[in-house]
Amino acid sequence: MPDPYEFPVDRSAVMLFARALLDVRPEFSDPDDPATKAVGGIVTPPTFVQSSAHWQPDYPLDLTRPRKGPPPAHRGDGGGGGLGRGLHAEQHYEYHHPIHAGDTLTVTTRPGNSWEKQGKRGGKLLFAETITEYTNQDGVLCVTARSVGVQTERAVDQ
Amino acid sequence: MQLKVGDTHEAVVIEKVARTHIVKYAGASGDFNPLHHDDTVAQNLAGYPSVFAHGMLSMGLTGRMLTDWLGATALRKFGVRFTKQVWPGDTLTTKGEVTAVRDEGGKQVATIRVVTVNQEGESVVEGEAEAVL
Repeated sequence: MPDPYEFPVDRSAVMLFARALLDVRPEFSDPDDPATKAVGGIVTPPTFVQSSAHWQPDYPLDLTRPRKGPPPAHRGDGGGGGLGRGLHAEQHYEYHHPIHAGDTLTVTTRPGNSWEKQGKRGGKLLFAETITEYTNQDGVLCVTARSVGVQTERAVDQ
Repeated sequence: MQLKVGDTHEAVVIEKVARTHIVKYAGASGDFNPLHHDDTVAQNLAGYPSVFAHGMLSMGLTGRMLTDWLGATALRKFGVRFTKQVWPGDTLTTKGEVTAVRDEGGKQVATIRVVTVNQEGESVVEGEAEAVL
């Protein structure tokens, strides 16, 4: 099980993430907008925690990231797709408490269930869950994420 | 905001997905899987016709429709299955429908079925969200 790591949530990262989703809501970028003030400052889009990948030390899907050691091997679990045969099958979030720009989240990951299924076109399908919890600097659990990854024996057109 | 079972909302969330959209999502999310930006890898290593969008881009766009409809901090749950890949050139429309409304401590909690379809009407993500109104 990987060690927990810190994920500092800065305003620029939230802005860039919202922009990538073509999202112009002021709550995700403008601290002075009345709508942002009404929610206690800049908050984050529903899928923003995915960008914790930038801070995950053993994140496998960034082969050009400069590292002191060799790049981590892809684990083939539900970490959000994969190189080659891996695909992201499902993603689920539970929102317990808002994440704000300026928060420092602690990210804890553990494996969930895994199972096998016979696919129609892609041969045998191996599913694996990863559960990730995002807890803020006050110890408040903000988001629980459950990712389901699938490994196939050959490329599929889903 | 008041919602009742059967209420619907629909929005085009992206028109003609460009490789630039996909690359921008890669940079923002940190997911640099080359299947999403390198045609050579997508075609030769994995046997796909071209790069395709991150599933999480489709989910993120689907989430944008939900926060535009319900508010930036309304969601309590949001989950999807990825049902089809999104290719460059695709146009995606997200449709939501309220399937249940319950009272929870004086607050209205709505369950919403959500589906995002491409220009052929094929679903690319299907899921469910729960929102406090």
